[in-house]
Amino acid sequence: MAESTNNSSAGRKGLSVRLGKAWEPFTKVPLLGWLLGILVAVALEQLVGTPLAHLVGLSKIPVLFGFVIVLKQPVLLPGTLLYILLIYLLPVGLVARLGAALTNKLAARLLQSPLWVSAIVHVGLLYASLHMWADISDYRDLVLRLTLIAIILTLSLNIVNGYMGEFSCSHPGFMALGAYAASAFTVIFFVEDKVFGSPLLPPALGPFLFPLALIFGGVISALGALLVAIPSFRTRGDYLAIISLAFLFIVKSLIENLEILGGPRGFMSQPDWANLPTVFIWCMGSIWIINNFVSSTLGKSLNAVRDEETAANAMTVNTRRTKMVGFQFAAFWAGVAGGLFAHVMRYVNPGSFGIQKLAEMLAMVYFGGLNSVVGSIVGAVGFNLLSEALRPLELFKWIIIPLLLILVMLYRPTGLIAFREFDIANLLKPKRKSEEEVEHAIATD
Amino acid sequence: MPLLQIDQMTHYFGGLRAVHDYNLEIEPGQIRGLIGPNGAGKTTIFNLITGIYSPTEGDIRLEGKDIFGLQPYQIASLGLGRTFQNLRLWRHMTVLEHVMQARYSKLTYGLLGAFFGTPKRQREEAESRKMSNELLELIGVRHLADQIVVNLPYGAQRRVEMARALATEPKILFLDEPTAGMNTEELAQMMATIRQVHKELGLAIFLIEHRMKFVMELCDIIQTLVFGEVIAEGTPAEIQNNPAVIEAYLGKEIET
Ligand SMILES: Nc1ncnc2c1ncn2[C@@H]1O[C@H](COP(=O)(O)OP(=O)(O)OP(=O)(O)O)[C@@H](O)[C@H]1O
Ligand SMILES: [Mg+2]
Repeated sequence: MAESTNNSSAGRKGLSVRLGKAWEPFTKVPLLGWLLGILVAVALEQLVGTPLAHLVGLSKIPVLFGFVIVLKQPVLLPGTLLYILLIYLLPVGLVARLGAALTNKLAARLLQSPLWVSAIVHVGLLYASLHMWADISDYRDLVLRLTLIAIILTLSLNIVNGYMGEFSCSHPGFMALGAYAASAFTVIFFVEDKVFGSPLLPPALGPFLFPLALIFGGVISALGALLVAIPSFRTRGDYLAIISLAFLFIVKSLIENLEILGGPRGFMSQPDWANLPTVFIWCMGSIWIINNFVSSTLGKSLNAVRDEETAANAMTVNTRRTKMVGFQFAAFWAGVAGGLFAHVMRYVNPGSFGIQKLAEMLAMVYFGGLNSVVGSIVGAVGFNLLSEALRPLELFKWIIIPLLLILVMLYRPTGLIAFREFDIANLLKPKRKSEEEVEHAIATD
Repeated sequence: MPLLQIDQMTHYFGGLRAVHDYNLEIEPGQIRGLIGPNGAGKTTIFNLITGIYSPTEGDIRLEGKDIFGLQPYQIASLGLGRTFQNLRLWRHMTVLEHVMQARYSKLTYGLLGAFFGTPKRQREEAESRKMSNELLELIGVRHLADQIVVNLPYGAQRRVEMARALATEPKILFLDEPTAGMNTEELAQMMATIRQVHKELGLAIFLIEHRMKFVMELCDIIQTLVFGEVIAEGTPAEIQNNPAVIEAYLGKEIET
């Protein structure tokens, strides 16, 4: 009998088929269903997380999915796994699976109104989950905010290194310009400070005008970008890498020597306005605007110039302007991210914006995928979580992460999710036809 | 007034005189041909007119307006669309994206529209998409609209180049060897397509070709270029019977 000659490869095949079958219903779950599942899971954690943690032998809720605990005390592995299973995997899976019929219908209903309505509902759900998740500990809150900022940075660098196909090293410099400009803005206008004296405006206004400070940081950074862009894009050739590297060092030593900004000691007393909702809104805004840009014909000129500049020029594309706009747009967002970063840490020093930062940003871009908004999000989130999760390994972390990067580069030279358009309508749509449609289809058969 | 008028255009690459004392007048709706042996300077003439190189000297006027020294994108926006002999496509973009990209100078929604997806942008992009699809239909590659160009056969890539050039709404279409690498059947199809384009869009066409049957059947007037100099200009019949042309070029060509 065929069954009795069951060798290992057939067995493996059987397993993967069975796994595929088990997974099949989940492919019918719309994004809305997953978000709802996550919301239920984090709500559950708030309610019963602590007692459950004690029950499985943990002293407190594992802050980062148990990575840190397990790496420090491997004996706690079973308890941690049980916790993850009960709090995250089971609830998310159950809600997603059992609610699929409902969430599909809801998603379809939502898409009957304009796309932004559905988008806001999804983003709102996502925020609610993140908020509850971060509520558990200050550490989570900080990691989350830094990750959201990293998304902005990665997207921004991807515009230059991915969409434009150039290689820029100046991004930490742009981030620094934004960070210091926004900090100076908030401190001069709204904070009682030893160097800058009493605030020029009532501090109560501050949180409302904080967006202005961030935009100011972005604009200063975009202006700084001219210093790199004008000489680099005047002629063809690969000058950008070298000029932008020089720029990075110039910005760093400039800040180090500006005593009014704290010099090498750093700049502190930024107000605490970059809370989770603020950072979240800016992150979503940057994703939305950057995605709008790169999916427009104007933004796709970046690709045309990268792939074949002469042809772009002959097809009416103003190639020089395209490069300048792309580069300055990217610098603007790096500046905004810098402003947010300064107000999250409430302290910045020139050392925060050096080669190490550049290496991290490049890693996020190339890990996630060139020329792809989703890739940048995945790259930033993946890299940040990994980097936090492996923190207990100390030095080994800096062996494991580069090794992972090399593996990605070997098997996917352009990154995990490269050259993919981020189609929001497609992301939000239901994954199964609504029942009426199905009935209709059967009736017409 | 001719649509395009070129007077005494000369170009040197360092010490090499690639084009010497070149003159041209194209009337609206004309189909002109440029033939000549390899290395004669034909592509260089296209590059000089479309602004990719700036001529050492000469006078170039489009509808009476001096376009000497303008950037290629400016010249293209004024109504000179072109294809490239060695295909220059954008390797990560789809066929439809190619054509839509060439509408760049016709879009008015600006950076604000690009950043915030304003209704104006939606409208203009939708119009551009519609028009681009119509062009793809005309050129016969509509069914390939969503393909990445590098996956396409050579003939289709040439057609994409043509559709893309037409999307700039040229008054004169420059075709640099539109049938290079094609077999006889594809050649006939390309000829039909060019006739169709000429009829429907009513533009002037200036083409470089080595395939004599193609040039002789399509063109109203033909120039023969040898070592950067025009040695003969006239109707297909005149060119075919010109002893200098036969001596310098046609005699050696065994292709039809
Ligand atoms: N950018 C350049 N720099 C220097 N020399 C060049 C350049 N472009 C072309 N040439 C030279 O100019 C001459 C004319 O070249 P061109 O490409 O215009 O010829 P062509 O008539 O188009 O030939 P073919 O039929 O092979 O396409 C050749 O000798 C070529 O080597
Ligand atoms: Mg040529």
